[in-house]
Amino acid sequence: MKILDIVDLIKGTVVSGSDNLEKTVDMAFASDLMSDVLTVKTDNLLLLTGLVNIQAIRTAEMADISCVVFVRNKKVTEEMIRIARENKITIIQSPYSMFKVSGILFSAGIKPVF
Amino acid sequence: MTTEKMHFEYPVEGGNFSAAGFPSSQVKKTLKQLNVDGNVIKRTVVALYEAEVNIVAHAFKGVIAVDIDTEKIHIRLTDEGPGIPDIKKAMEIGYSTATPEVREMGFGAGMGLSNMKTNADSLVITSEVGKGTIVEIINYFHK
Repeated sequence: MKILDIVDLIKGTVVSGSDNLEKTVDMAFASDLMSDVLTVKTDNLLLLTGLVNIQAIRTAEMADISCVVFVRNKKVTEEMIRIARENKITIIQSPYSMFKVSGILFSAGIKPVF
Repeated sequence: MTTEKMHFEYPVEGGNFSAAGFPSSQVKKTLKQLNVDGNVIKRTVVALYEAEVNIVAHAFKGVIAVDIDTEKIHIRLTDEGPGIPDIKKAMEIGYSTATPEVREMGFGAGMGLSNMKTNADSLVITSEVGKGTIVEIINYFHK
């Protein structure tokens, strides 16, 4: 699914990587535990998280995650945006909860990792 | 791939979560420039990042020394900190001594050491209680 369509479905706001919206992702992982995210071997993954800090972006960088969705419209800092831009990571904020975003994307055909 | 050997060193400050990840990020960029296989890069930087977060989470300070040659990357993380009394126990999934602050950062679930082992061709941990810990990670570019 195109990132553009994901943004639309979850009423998202793109805060970084607006030039990557034509790219596609097929699988997603939802977690606030970065240790768990780092065990996922799938590349080109969509990460859904409520953990809004630099380490969420660093984790995405190390794990080759191309797109991060922060749920419940939590504030993304300038430093997070800077690191995301440097690594071509798209950041989307959604007003919805993790449960709701997961449900919407699952229904739309995004696949789970496990 | 160049034939020359490369050496980098990065200081790590205990407790400074905002800076954590910078050395791992630099190593990732270097390996990409050297056209190392993407899977090897990911395994290496995940193992390194986990080890780096451990220094930030548990130690006072540390140094990451990285040596790259045509065959492999050798990473040595040396910290001054409390050390690990029982390395075998620390390797168990779910065992953790992390503080609530570390857990709030998304870590400290007792998964790091076993994930480092999964992502390293060779992982050697030596530790002295009250002094510090040395973690050595080696990954080969071609297998």
